[in-house]
Amino acid sequence: MEGLVLALLGIILAPMAGGLLAGTDRRVTAWMQSRQGPPILQAFYDVFKLFGKERLMVNRWQVLCCWIYLIAAALSVGLFFGKADLLLIFFVQAAGAVFLVMGALSVKSPYSQVGAQRELVQILTYEPLLILVFAGIYLVVGSFNVGDIMAYDAPLLRKLPLMFIVLSYALTIKLRKSPFDFSTSHHAHQEIVKGVLTEYSGPALAIIEVAHWYETILILAVCSLFWATNWFWMIVLLAATYFAELVIDNTMARMTWRWMLKYVWSIGLALTFINFIWLHAG
Amino acid sequence: MFKKLIKKSRAKSPWIMHFDCGSCNGCDIETLACLTPLYDVERFGIINVGNPKHADVLLVTGTVNHRNKAVLKNIYDQMPDPKAVIAIGACGLSGGVFRDCYNVVGGVDKVIPVDVYVPGCPAKPEAIIDGVVQALAKFEQKQAG
Repeated sequence: MEGLVLALLGIILAPMAGGLLAGTDRRVTAWMQSRQGPPILQAFYDVFKLFGKERLMVNRWQVLCCWIYLIAAALSVGLFFGKADLLLIFFVQAAGAVFLVMGALSVKSPYSQVGAQRELVQILTYEPLLILVFAGIYLVVGSFNVGDIMAYDAPLLRKLPLMFIVLSYALTIKLRKSPFDFSTSHHAHQEIVKGVLTEYSGPALAIIEVAHWYETILILAVCSLFWATNWFWMIVLLAATYFAELVIDNTMARMTWRWMLKYVWSIGLALTFINFIWLHAG
Repeated sequence: MFKKLIKKSRAKSPWIMHFDCGSCNGCDIETLACLTPLYDVERFGIINVGNPKHADVLLVTGTVNHRNKAVLKNIYDQMPDPKAVIAIGACGLSGGVFRDCYNVVGGVDKVIPVDVYVPGCPAKPEAIIDGVVQALAKFEQKQAG
């Protein structure tokens, strides 16, 4: 019962936190570019405006896909706050991410198609890393259950510092930050218009935006497991990680998917390998 | 209440699509200047999107000719309602100095309905921002569908 209440609380609060975070993100980015930037609530204005727009769907498949993406993202956040199993959360989230791609592939537009292919490559890049991070957590704690991991008496960061870096790669890809923002990006202009989101418009785009907030919160929640013993340090860790993401976003140029696959997999696997040996020896 | 919220959000988040309809690039440069740190239109929630399906406001610069009038109409039709159109510069308003050319149709309003006219050759960034703000007042009142 307690788990259900926590899960519902997570589902209700996560989009609010995600929207505020998106607004703060744009504000800090503007500050780095010596601009004033939009209001903090801008992300909410955008979504409400999109809900008020005309429905221009290309086909029915698209509607189904954006809803499943939202439901899967919300469910995975709910499962996390309800202290379920990390692997279950992972599979629910991955199923949702694939539906976003399928919706984009159901349309003939070349921008949408190219964006969908790139999004698939991005999923292919970060999902194995996430699994490795979960495996690392299991090696330390001996359980995939979020409740057990939270109850562990020392911060995981001390034993899995390199796995945290691996997770931050997944975070950068998931947040659609440079240099990994080639399937679509938050910045208005890119070489394939809006990539995977090109053919979603109006309310469907609003639904996807809300789902994106859920996913952001989910990955940040996984990050928070690395210092779950102390609230203060957990918040400091999350704030520092997100600020580092913004610095990376503003200083890096967009690269190609081949580079991403090679770079992220080689660095990610090497870091995992070193961290696991260390764990085993220490 | 929800309607009121949407109405307020509409005024706070106009996404712009810029279409160069055969302009000399003078007005285009002034339009892009609005995005620079000096004018920073993002502080009003304005984003310059490259996709008509995501756009709320269409900025058109330059004269319409027989070649690109179909493109202009197509972009306008792809934008979901509610939407607003702003014509920028002397050429966008009436055809400007090119109005008598054999290939020129005239101003933007010969092809699609225009809400706000921003004069100038080229139009100043301040004038363009003012035009967008005036378009927002109209845009806020429009209904979807």
